[in-house]
Amino acid sequence: MLSKASYTQLGSKLDVVVSVVLSVLSFLCAALLCLILWFLISESWTLIASGQWQRFFLDEGWYPLEGLYAMTPMIVASLALTLGAVLIALPIGLACAIYLEFYARGLPKKAFRSLLNLLAGIPSVVFGLWGLTELVPLIAAIKAPGTSVLAGAIVLSLMILPTVALTSAAALSGVNRNTLAGAHALGFTQKTMIIAVAIPSARSGIISGVLLSTARAIGETMVVLMVAGNVVQMPDSLFAPVRALTSNIALEMAYALGDHRASLYASGLLLTLIVWLLAYLASYLNEKSRVFARV
Amino acid sequence: MSDRIFSFSIYCISLIVVAAFVWIISDVVLKGYSLVSWDFIVSEPEDAGRGGGIAPILVSTLWVLLIALVIALPLGIATAIWLAEFSRSNTGAVHIGTALDVLAGVPSIVYGLFGNAFFCIYLGLGYSILSGGLTLACMILPVFIRTCESGIRAVNSDWRLGGIALGMRRSVVVWKILLPAAKPAIIAGLVLSIGRATAETAALIFTSGYVDRMPESMFDSARVLAVHIYDLTMNVTGGDQAAYGSALILIVLIIVLNALAQSLLDSWFRRSEYS
Amino acid sequence: MRVSFRNLLSQASRKFLTKSLTLTVSIGLSVFSNISIAGERLTLTGSSTVAPLALEMAKRYEKNHPDVRINVQTGGSSRGINDARVGLSDIGMVSRGLKDSEKDLTPHVIALDGIGIIVHSSNTVTQLTRDQIVDIYTGNIKNWRQVGGDDVEITVVNKAEGRSTLELFLHFFKLKNSQIKPQVVIGDNQQGIKTVSGNPGAIGYVSIGTAEFEHNRGTAIKLLPMDGEQASVVGVASGDYPLSRPLNLVTKGELNGVTADFIKFVQSDAVSDLIENQFFVAP
Repeated sequence: MLSKASYTQLGSKLDVVVSVVLSVLSFLCAALLCLILWFLISESWTLIASGQWQRFFLDEGWYPLEGLYAMTPMIVASLALTLGAVLIALPIGLACAIYLEFYARGLPKKAFRSLLNLLAGIPSVVFGLWGLTELVPLIAAIKAPGTSVLAGAIVLSLMILPTVALTSAAALSGVNRNTLAGAHALGFTQKTMIIAVAIPSARSGIISGVLLSTARAIGETMVVLMVAGNVVQMPDSLFAPVRALTSNIALEMAYALGDHRASLYASGLLLTLIVWLLAYLASYLNEKSRVFARV
Repeated sequence: MSDRIFSFSIYCISLIVVAAFVWIISDVVLKGYSLVSWDFIVSEPEDAGRGGGIAPILVSTLWVLLIALVIALPLGIATAIWLAEFSRSNTGAVHIGTALDVLAGVPSIVYGLFGNAFFCIYLGLGYSILSGGLTLACMILPVFIRTCESGIRAVNSDWRLGGIALGMRRSVVVWKILLPAAKPAIIAGLVLSIGRATAETAALIFTSGYVDRMPESMFDSARVLAVHIYDLTMNVTGGDQAAYGSALILIVLIIVLNALAQSLLDSWFRRSEYS
Repeated sequence: MRVSFRNLLSQASRKFLTKSLTLTVSIGLSVFSNISIAGERLTLTGSSTVAPLALEMAKRYEKNHPDVRINVQTGGSSRGINDARVGLSDIGMVSRGLKDSEKDLTPHVIALDGIGIIVHSSNTVTQLTRDQIVDIYTGNIKNWRQVGGDDVEITVVNKAEGRSTLELFLHFFKLKNSQIKPQVVIGDNQQGIKTVSGNPGAIGYVSIGTAEFEHNRGTAIKLLPMDGEQASVVGVASGDYPLSRPLNLVTKGELNGVTADFIKFVQSDAVSDLIENQFFVAP
């Protein structure tokens, strides 16, 4: 049998050429990140270079036409909306995955799965439209103005729910059937088996699905613009209207000139850095859960 | 919590999810279906989109999508092959992997900012189908690469060794054995990319623009479906019905693509069971 | 100190990049590459309020002049001014009068529009004074009871920074945007109407024509009079309604060729039905 080492050796001239060409293309793809960062930095350079970037965190409010550029409330809002969405979507999505893998049979199972597939493909504008015309008035009836952290988090959670449910279901179906049969033989009830055996074994897959959805939630623009209220302020309750970093760019980009435009590119840069941090966190968590699972 | 309550709550939650989604979808269908007809699909928009149809917008959507795929597909598959088969997981490859993970999470609006600054202004392509397509290509590339890469990695090693044992070159093994074997993953990545690209609004407002005329070349500015829907709901008075009609068509378009991919996947799995 | 990153990438490499990208795509889509289209091109950029109207006018003009292509890009008035000034566009769209600092451009009025205060149709308040409106928007009055309405909390709906509707509103009531304490900030007109119609305590300001249209077809909003003057398209046309604005196309320098012809066309009677269809008033 061939060893792994001899396999990884390149066989011929053709292989070397192909390998070089492919590696160049790959570096090109990764260079895209540098290019994006480069442009975000160069477009916001006038504000960063003059040391004014500190004002993103220190200014009194966001009134770009009056020269005030505080972004902290929007960073907090983006994080709050994302956290809210994940907190709602995780238990519900997990329940859907459990239903799909352990309870549903036959037609309902097939129908439920295609419904989730369908939802994963619904454009965000449609969710936004529904949120604005149906959900927001409902919340407004409880406490005005309706457009709020809560509305944003609910609509976002519906958007990421299919992803959470489908990836979790895939992870659960990957759990070794023998392990589950063993748990049954030990006299575990269905509930104990799912909670104590199936979910822990599928943890890594579930986590990566959640992280994928987190990135989508924090990057979602139009839905948040339509239902979250867009007021630049620190959210002090679930019913407070807020503006996320993404919707700030969408709201003002078409109008912005000079320093105002630069500040919007700076918020794009900030978003990218936050995502970078998340990606790093993801790989760290993944590594840790792998170590944990081995113990 | 007893077993019975647990099962009961699982059923309840699933039911609520179904109800919520039926609510959203029926909202669109009920408000949109009366407008949708063959005429709606093949005629030009009139009166700022309130009347007429969406023919040029549908065509523009497909062109932007096509350009994005023409660029992203070969580049993406090439990168996936290199990462999975040739890179030997060296430091360079690890860094590229991290960069791709970050890129996959970068919000679409940031791609819009980048596309506007780079393609429209810096390269002087202006608001055009080309700028929009290139921006979308950048946006879908990372997710597409990662999906394909994991598909290629997942191919059983025996297949590789078998190919080598038969005296095939590495590149030939990749081309003749691994790519066909990784087809489901490639299709899945494709579907994901198409879904994301077709529904994109934020990145395209700043790159492909607002013009709703039938595009005559790829340097023309063109409005895509998602931008059209957004404009009709937020900017055009009395545009709601046309917006729901367009949204319905957008959903159907995505369902058709989903179904296509699903059937391709199924037929592939059936074949592989026999082999 | 202003450091430009762009200069670091030389002109030559930029050209090369553009060319190679274009070439790649052209080859991929050779069917689609009848790039050269004879005839003139005009580009209009600016106000999202004007954009749908300008788009319709452009379509009608194209119908009469098959060799001309007019591209309309939405944005904001400030963008319209800037693009026309630096030559990024041939014509800018601006949904307000020109400021003193903008007198280097020539305005061409194509329509008039009024801005009306709207509230939910269940609101019992029938009129507000200027001072009351200012107090509501600055957060001094927080409940409709304080201005003679029901005991409902007020939801202040404001426009996002940079929109000329906002600028006009601020100018009219002599406010600064930082003084306003909004509960909802909106982008375009329709978002305002949807927000107010979904919230019994809301107050907002939008284009009068669109508000009238929505009210007439049963949307749950109503227009409040301003200074005792009924907010209506008729009031805007007669000039009696105080809070109104011109919708302008702006150009830089001498008018000539297609630009001049297009401006003449959009100021003629040939487009008055389009203006009415977009709920504006012909000048």
